[in-house]
Amino acid sequence: MVPLSWYLIFSAALFSIGLFGVLARKNAVAILMGVELMLNSVNVNLVAFWRYRTPEGIAGQAFAVIVFAVAAAEVAVGLALIISIYRRRNTVVADEIDLLKF
Amino acid sequence: MGDPVGQIARWLEILLLNWGLSAPLVTLIKVVLGVVVLASFVLLVDILLVWVERKVVARFQDRLGPNRLGPFGLIQPIADVIKLLIKEDITPQGADRIVYNLAPIMALATVILLWAVLPLSPTMLGTDLNVGVLYVVAIGAISTLGIIMAGWSSNNKYALLGAFRTVAQMVSYEIPMVIVLMVPVLLAGSMGINSIVQQQEVWYIIIAPLAALVFLITSIAELGRAPFDLLEAESEIVAGFHIEYTGMKFGLFYAGELLHALTLSAIFSSLFLGGWRGFGVDAAPILGLIWFFAKAFFIYWVIMWVKYSLPRIRIDQMLNFNWKFLTPLSLVILIVTAISDKLLADASPPLYVAGMLGVNLVVAWGTLQVLRRTARHERRRVAEPKPAAAPGSRRAPGAMASAHNPPISTTNP
Amino acid sequence: MSPIQVVFILTAMTTLGAALMVVTVQNLVHAALWLILSLFGIAVTFVILNAGFLAVAQVVIYIGAISILMIFAIMLTRRVAEDVNPQIGRRWWWAAAISVVMFVGLAWMLGNWSGFRSPLPAASSGMDPLVQLGEALVSVNAYVLPFEVASVLLLAALIGALMIAWERRPG
Repeated sequence: MVPLSWYLIFSAALFSIGLFGVLARKNAVAILMGVELMLNSVNVNLVAFWRYRTPEGIAGQAFAVIVFAVAAAEVAVGLALIISIYRRRNTVVADEIDLLKF
Repeated sequence: MGDPVGQIARWLEILLLNWGLSAPLVTLIKVVLGVVVLASFVLLVDILLVWVERKVVARFQDRLGPNRLGPFGLIQPIADVIKLLIKEDITPQGADRIVYNLAPIMALATVILLWAVLPLSPTMLGTDLNVGVLYVVAIGAISTLGIIMAGWSSNNKYALLGAFRTVAQMVSYEIPMVIVLMVPVLLAGSMGINSIVQQQEVWYIIIAPLAALVFLITSIAELGRAPFDLLEAESEIVAGFHIEYTGMKFGLFYAGELLHALTLSAIFSSLFLGGWRGFGVDAAPILGLIWFFAKAFFIYWVIMWVKYSLPRIRIDQMLNFNWKFLTPLSLVILIVTAISDKLLADASPPLYVAGMLGVNLVVAWGTLQVLRRTARHERRRVAEPKPAAAPGSRRAPGAMASAHNPPISTTNP
Repeated sequence: MSPIQVVFILTAMTTLGAALMVVTVQNLVHAALWLILSLFGIAVTFVILNAGFLAVAQVVIYIGAISILMIFAIMLTRRVAEDVNPQIGRRWWWAAAISVVMFVGLAWMLGNWSGFRSPLPAASSGMDPLVQLGEALVSVNAYVLPFEVASVLLLAALIGALMIAWERRPG
């Protein structure tokens, strides 16, 4: 029998690791991977709360589905932007993309 | 009497309990044994498929096929396996070892995973997932991952290019497949494959023939078989993503492809042809197994028939076909099926079947009219005399002239 | 230690280990493969939480589509000598400190909440959660509005990604 605390600590740890990825990595796609980890930790939290606090309702699962949709949309647009930037500037290192206009 | 597998399972359970093992451990042993038996059975059928493939292609091409080893050449696949096992195992220089070795395992494992949700007979079922249809889509998505791993880790431009094309094709054709898979889910009211089979008093291929046809076409595209086998075209990209694999690793890819074809045939027969339903299944559930495999092998034969009759299509024709024809068609099929299912819900069964069949025929006729008009339009456009290129017209460096796309249909007016 | 606890601990260790590899590994394609492993671990977590549909949807959406998109993006944006440069910025210890502070803060805040050690209630023996989810997403009294907004968002993302990645033909 797994208490709720274990899930919450697990998702907090996953969120922190994702945060480290966003702050420390140089490549833009690697930063997106960190964002994905954070979104997944939020999903785990939502579903854990649904299961442990209101299993007769469905709010937790419904919002987890919405988070799936939002994450997919964000990754699609983000990667399109990265590829477009790569075509013009020939780099995807976040530190080197620091001018609005050449 | 008619359920030998269930009886063996019960006998084994009683035996193990009498030996003093605890009940959860007995359940675990039964589950592990079931998994091992199912996976071994599936892999043995896979070896048979190698023989079936070669005999059938030979007969389609008006020759005999392997007939030297054993009666009717039945020992031939064993000879093939021995040949593959004793071949030299080469790893290309610069290849990523772990990913390189993991890719063929994933390619075969994801196909065996699909057999966990297929109902082989009323009592023989891996697991009765209530999201079985979505599980099939998920495993299909993981198999494209195995292909990217194979293509990238080979450290070979052609393998990478082949892997990109393969994944583009598979991901594109997943969309009409998922939309059309919603049609039997809609008609049965459940996503579990066993429930869909149990609901098929009338086979769904009669109630939703267009959906079955689109599912068959997208399955052939997902498998990467002709006419969609640009990915393995030897004349163009030299065998595609498995170019650097030798010996048994290539054998795993090849066997995985054949088994995937049989698995998708089995899924088609469960969803549209009634799976294990047939004469005498109520009395003797073991007959369900025979009906299941008979229908699966029939559809497998249809897939082979298509493969050995049609030429290969180009990648731009393939993508046009998917995005401009199959996706809108599958959306129309889903909407029309949902609406007519609701409208005819209170009708008597013969009227219901006739109504759904009629609606499908109307949609098919409408599609053919649209295709006819598009083809006529395209033919008129091609027949126009093209203006010669004017001197001094500027073209930016690097811009390619776009190739003229032939019309997507070949129907005669 | 009940079996389900062992399963959860194994899954959590795998997921967190894979996540650590995602944010530290040099080769980006390897990072994408570790990300796939951690996403799979999260799907297993959903199964432990009795959310079967979400587990399969996670595999379809994240592993089947988003991860493949990322691998394509990595392969399309590589330069020749890229894997030689370090992939972590010079001030990485600031990022590590912020992450640790964030984790400790979250753990402390959640620990002070009254429901932190809630036991597992019995699974509701009413409707199948799948049917309930389907009805909730289209019912006027429930979540049809977020559902429709999410679909408009996906349409906007589709059109936006096409427009951004469209290669303008000069002339």
